[in-house]
Formats: sequence, C-alpha cells, structure tokens
Amino acid sequence: MSHIIDRRLNGKNKSAVNRERFLRRFKAQIKEAVGKAIKGRSITDIESGENVSIPVKDISEPSFHHGRGGVGEHVHPGNEEFVQGDRIKRPQGGGGGGGGGKASNEGEGEDDFAFQLSREEFMNVFFEDLALPNLVKTQLMGIEEMKPVRAGYTNDGTPANISIVRSLRGALARRVAMAAPTLTRLREAEEDLDTLLESDDDNGVEVRERRRQIHALREKINHIPFIDPFDLRYNNRVKQPKPTSKAVMFCLMDVSGSMDEGKKDMAKRFFILLYLFLQRNYEKIEVVFIRHHTSAVEVNEQDFFHSRESGGTVVSSALNLMADIVKKRYANSEWNIYAAQASDGDNWDSDSANCGKILQEKILPWCQYYAYIEITEGEPQNLWYEYLRVAGQHKHFAMQKIRSPADIYPVFRELFKRQPATR
Amino acid sequence: MTPISTGSEWTFDLIDEYDKAIRDIAVNEFQLDCYPNQLEVITAEQMMDAYSSVGMPVNYHHWSFGKHFVSTEKSYKRGQMGLAYEIVINSNPCIAYLMEENSMTMQALVIAHAAYGHNSFFKGNYLFRTWTDASAIIDYLVFARQYISRCEERYGIDAVEELLDSCHALMNYGVDRYKRPQKLSLAEEQARLHEREAYLQTQVNDLWRTIPRRERDDSAKTAPRFPAEPQENLLYFIEKSAPLLEPWQREIIRIVRKVAQYFYPQRQTQVMNEGWATFWHYTLLNRLYEKGLVTDGFMMEFLQSHTNVVYQPPVTARWYNGINPYALGFAMYQDIKRICEAPTAEDREWFPDIAGTPWRPVLEFAMKNFKDESFISQYLSPKLIRDFRLFAIRDDDRDDKLEVAAIHDERGYRRIRQMLSEQYNLGSREPNIQVWNVNLRGDRSLTLRHSMHNRKPLEAGSAQEVLKHVSRLWGFDVKLESVDADGSVSQTFSCKPDVSAMV
Repeated sequence: MSHIIDRRLNGKNKSAVNRERFLRRFKAQIKEAVGKAIKGRSITDIESGENVSIPVKDISEPSFHHGRGGVGEHVHPGNEEFVQGDRIKRPQGGGGGGGGGKASNEGEGEDDFAFQLSREEFMNVFFEDLALPNLVKTQLMGIEEMKPVRAGYTNDGTPANISIVRSLRGALARRVAMAAPTLTRLREAEEDLDTLLESDDDNGVEVRERRRQIHALREKINHIPFIDPFDLRYNNRVKQPKPTSKAVMFCLMDVSGSMDEGKKDMAKRFFILLYLFLQRNYEKIEVVFIRHHTSAVEVNEQDFFHSRESGGTVVSSALNLMADIVKKRYANSEWNIYAAQASDGDNWDSDSANCGKILQEKILPWCQYYAYIEITEGEPQNLWYEYLRVAGQHKHFAMQKIRSPADIYPVFRELFKRQPATR
Repeated sequence: MTPISTGSEWTFDLIDEYDKAIRDIAVNEFQLDCYPNQLEVITAEQMMDAYSSVGMPVNYHHWSFGKHFVSTEKSYKRGQMGLAYEIVINSNPCIAYLMEENSMTMQALVIAHAAYGHNSFFKGNYLFRTWTDASAIIDYLVFARQYISRCEERYGIDAVEELLDSCHALMNYGVDRYKRPQKLSLAEEQARLHEREAYLQTQVNDLWRTIPRRERDDSAKTAPRFPAEPQENLLYFIEKSAPLLEPWQREIIRIVRKVAQYFYPQRQTQVMNEGWATFWHYTLLNRLYEKGLVTDGFMMEFLQSHTNVVYQPPVTARWYNGINPYALGFAMYQDIKRICEAPTAEDREWFPDIAGTPWRPVLEFAMKNFKDESFISQYLSPKLIRDFRLFAIRDDDRDDKLEVAAIHDERGYRRIRQMLSEQYNLGSREPNIQVWNVNLRGDRSLTLRHSMHNRKPLEAGSAQEVLKHVSRLWGFDVKLESVDADGSVSQTFSCKPDVSAMV
C-alpha cells in the first residue's frame, strides 16, 4: 500500500539556511558587488535586489580529476562517415567530434556565477557598514507604516467593532421578513373573528377557536428574536500604507577639487540613508541636487555625483540657491523640507559667518531637519565652528565628522529617534 | 474497462487510483519487488529545496548546498530549465516526490518510473543491497544534521565549514571500493564507541609512539611502512590516523564518508538504474493502455514526454553532450527482452544462454547482479551498436590526429563494447589516488600516490587545491606523486599546512 502525503503546506524555505551560509561565505565578494551597485544606482532606486556575480573559480569546489593528455578512448553515437582506421584532425576547443579527456576542465572558470540578492539581503549588506542600531534597521527595512481605513462591514470581528446601526437595521429587516407570513395569517384571522362577532350568531366555539389561533400567531411573532447573532455586522478596517504627505530632500555637496571619488561615495551613502528614512514617512519625495564650488547650480543626479570641478569653495552660494528654490517651489506648507549637506570642510574664510546667517534666517525656520557631514581627516576649519554655533541653537540641525561609513549614522540619531513620536 | 480519468487535472483520489492500477500491474503481473511507497506531493519551491540538498529530505547545512540552490533557482526562474519531474530517495519506505504542477499523466508517469522502477532497482541491485541501508539512511541523516549543528554551536560555524569543505573535496575518495562496508545502522549504534576507541587509538598511534625514539634512526630502513598497504579510502585513513584532529572532527569526517558511501552505488549504476526505471514506466503505462484504463490523450502526452527522455542526439548535433544514460539503458533492457522473445541467429551466437528463454527472469537477473560497467560488457548487443551507430575514437596526445578505433561492424563490436564498458568504469574515470606513505621518523608528512592510467595526468590547478584541503586535515606536509605505468614519477605536488589557520 502506498502512502500519499500532501507536503505542499510544509515550509518551502528549507534551503534558507544554506542560502544564508552561501551569502555569509562570500560576504567579501558580495559586499564589493553591493558597493559597486550603490555607486551605479540612483539614490531613489536603492531598494531593489541586485544581481551579484562572483568569479566561478572563487566558489568552485575542487576535486581530483584528469587533465588533458595521455590516451583517451571514447565511444560516441551517430557515426555517419567513419570507418575503422580513419584518421581525423583533432577538433579545436575540445568540443564536438571526440575531444580527449574532459574538455571542460580547462575551459571553466571564465564565466561568473551570477545570482540575485533579494531586497532584504541587499539592504542588510548596505546597512552593515553604516552601523545602524537594530531598531533603525527594522524601521528602514520594514514594510511601510500602515493605517487602518474603513472598508465596509464584515460578518465577523471583535465585539468592540460591532456596528450597532448596521446590526439593528439588519435585525429589523430580518424581523419584518420572518414575521410577514405570520402577520398575513394573523390579519386574516382577525378579520374572520370580526365577521364572526358581527354575525350575531351563537358560534362561540368558532370564536374561541379563532381567538386561540390569533393568540398563537401573536405568540409566534413575539418569538422572533429581536436580535440574532446572524444580524451582527462589524466595522471592517483594512490597513493601508500610511503617510500621504510630501517631502522634498535637498542634497548639497561641495564638488570642488578636493572632494575625490571616495568622499563622494561616502556622501552618497549619507544621502541614501536620509532618502530611505523619508521614504518610510512620506508618500511623495522629491530630491533636489545642488552642487557648488564658488557658485552653485541645481543639477541632475548623474552630474551631481559624477562630474568634477575645481576651484575654490563658497558654501553660502549653495545655501542661497536652496533658500531660493524653497521659496519658489516648496513654499507651500504641505512640503516637508529636509536637507543634507556634505562637504570636506573647506570654505572661503569670510564666507562662513555668512553661511551661519543664511542658515538661521532663511533655511532652518522652514526645515524639518538639516544634517551636515564633513568628510575629512584633518582639523576642522572655520565652517565647522560656525556650524557648531548654529547647532547649539537649533535642535534639528545635526552635524558630524566622518571618516568611515560607520560614522554617518550619528548625524541622523535625533531624526530617527523622533520618528516614533510622529507616528 | 473505462478509463480512470479523462482530464489532465490530478486529485489525491486519482493519484491513489492510478497508483493502485500501476501497483496491480507491477506487482501482480510482473512481480516487481518494491519497498513500500510514500508519494509526496510538493511545490516547485520545495522541489528546488530537495534538489539542493542532493535530493535528501534532511541534510546538514553547508554553503555548497546554498550555492546549488541559488543557481537552480536562478535558472528555474529564468525558464532556462524545467525541474526534473521526479526525485526518488533510496529509503524504506521509498520516498518519491510528485510536483504539484504536473498533469495527471505526468504524475502517473512519475509513479511508474520512480515508485516502481527506481524503487525495485534500489531493492534488487546488489550494489544497493550491500552498500546502502535503506531503512537507516533518513535516521542517520537526522543524526548527522543534529551532530553537525551541535558542533557549530560549540566550535563555531567557520571551523565546521572549513572542515566540511575539506571533506567534500575528498568525498569521492571517502568510499571503500573493494571492501564491503558495515551496515549503516550498526555503525550508528556503535558510533560513540568507535569514536572513543579511535581517539584512544590516536593516543597510541604509531605517529606519536615513534617520536621519543629518535636515536634509533639508523633502523629506518627496516622500519615498517605506515600504512602497511596503500589505502584507497583517504577519508577513512585521515579519520583514523590524522594526528591532530579532535574527536568531533573525526566524527564529521565519518559522516561525510558515510554519505559518500551511500551515494556511491548511484554513481556506478546510472545507465542501469535510469534505464530500468524508464523501461518499467514504458511497460507499465503501455499495459495500462492495453487494459483500457487510460485514454489516447494520456498516451499521447506520455509518449511525447517519454521520447524526449530517451532521445539520443548524434555526435554531430550541436547539443550533443555524451551518451544519454536514459536512452542507452532503456534500449538495452528493451533489447534484452527482444533477444529473449525473438532472437535472431546473431543473438543466438552472441547470447546463447538467454536467447529464447522467458524474458522476465533474465531481466531480473541483469538488474540485480551488475553495475554499469559489467552490465554493458555483458549485454550490449551488436544490433544495439548498429542502432546507435556507435564508434570509438582513440585520442593519443603523442599522435597529432585522432584515430577511429572501431565502428559498428563485425570487427568493431567487441572493441566498442569493451571501450564503452570501460567508459563507465569509475575506477578509470576518476584518478586512482591512494595513501602511499607517512614519514614516521621525520616530518610526519603524508604522501599520496596517483597511479596514472593511460598516461592521463591530473588537472594541476584543482589537484593543488585539493591538496590544500588534505593538508588542512592531516596537519602536516602533504605530497602527491603521479606515477607512470613504468613506475617513474611524472608529476609532483606538495602543500604545507597553513600554520596560522591551525589552532
């Protein structure tokens, strides 16, 4: 006798552990691939999986096998023209007609082993360097925040959700419907009784019979329950992704000659992190890129990260441009304004005081959060001290000096901390 | 008789009915001897899971299974590859997987192929009977998984992973080819005992015992060799004799060895096993049709799938990739049946003992008592060589041209049969590497010896890599020599253990 078992409901992710082991083993290569991907991607498109490829020779599992050479004899099917003793040229590349040995041994190792990282795996690798606290990680990774929305009524639910009006309306309809045939018969019986009473005949037996009937019908109507579990209706609420407000994110970056690729890369991670945070909290996000050296321009993302200028640095030019754009496009109160500024700390000396002033007067009053990172190994310069003064006065201004990606997170600490309160 | 079903949708009831009908034919008409069956309906995802743990329902965790899974998943998702429609496990009861998206016809095909074909092969073939213990394998794998995950907790995932990597590299050299193995269940019962013994033994091992007696170096010439005879089972030798391994490491080596041993018969009976299963699904389903239990539509779908399975592309085809074991095996069993039922004069000359006798006992005997190599050398008939138009190519690296050694003619039949049989000989397909010597008096280095076959060298890159793994296990220097037929060493590799990695 055979047993037939339905295993379809058993977990399908039996291989999850092995997959995780695989990723763990090739962490270095995967990290590199993710790093490359971050470089190549737009910061608004950070949250999808990624194709990763690893050189096959890195992941091959070695075993002893024969190499080329020696004497090999092989039997093949489908002879068309050969007779015994024919001598044929050795085919190139080992394929086809009858190469000796295992032709594939030499040829392997060129193709990469490519596979897809899921979104979670990708984000995990991305977060790894950033030294995010776990709570923040789950905030950023988690599904969007939900809010319950009314969606009609259902037949079951918790008592707290009973819709009284709906239930009673249903009960009324049911009572009417269930009583209707009895009521008709009751009316007929009453009319009969009336005619009997009016006829003056002495037919007391029939009258009594009618009365008894009327009584029974009334009883029957009274027995229809006022409300039945069947009538109960519950408010139905479904969850919908929450926030519906809009945010604009300003990315400001110094692109003077001293900002090299490495520093820009770091800055990019900083921008991505803010973007991810905003994405969780706002439905619509616009990103404005402003780069500056001695003068500032608004550019697209490509130019923002990939073109290079030289010359001096006047930070206030960027702040002024941002203030202008805010006034022109985002003055409307429905926009939440966030700004992230990255620089290596250089600024034209007498400009720093100016920056502080613009920040305090034209920008910070409209901003939800302003984060500044200084990517430098050296001593802070006057811009840093000026900003320190500003930070002392404004809680939503944060600044941080950065050497590695792990230093980025603290600049957002306040921002992420505030998040639960805004829920 | 009315057909069991007419549509292509399957239900559990229908599977049950088909299974009964097939069982009736297989067991009552053809006397197939099978383990009880367990048919498990699974989803495609679960099929991929099963794939990547080499078909076993439980297995220990290792990244290489994850790698396998990742690549299977990738090619499946891209539609480059359909999943094999069956996986069957040599266990008692015999577990066969039915994929949910198969049609009713395919389910019936899988039941006939796996649950009666492979199943009876597992139960009947001598290699499986002597080398595997179907009733104990699942339990053993459960034990192995638990043991290995306990080791991971205690010694760290990395330490266990490294060890498993090294063992996997030697997996093909972890089997006893000639010595009959102990039954697995017995082995399991005694595992604890063995381990303790083995550990104690290493304490009094020759390796250690000889250390303090250095002053007697002059007697080195007469010192006994260690091992006394060359050892073919590298993992066994390492498990028992590697001086620096911890007991848990020996136990893990043992586990890998046991798993390798369990799969060893499968690697030796590809043609026979697949051919047998294919022969029986073909025979059983045709019988169902004769009895009127299945429709014409069922047969069309089945035959379409069957012909795909047994298609042998000729050598000139772009997609030619060696001999298809399903095609060759199926053709051979069909041919044996034909020789029994309708022998020609040629058959009577070549197979006097089976020509014209009842086919069923002959087939049973052929299934039970051979492996691919001997099966082919025993039963490949001239007619089949002609049908396949087989020809043999001799490729000698000292010759600038290939030579056609034999074709399907009177002079070539025996040569082709012998060469094809040789082609399935695991012993010559894999390099023959044995433990040759341990330098007891000196640096305790281990020497492996590769006896070259037909002057075939080792592939140098991978050999060097494997040697690293050997030295990680052995803990001291490891050498590998390739030795020609005349005894001269033609290739040498050596590897020192990575001292920084040793604890």
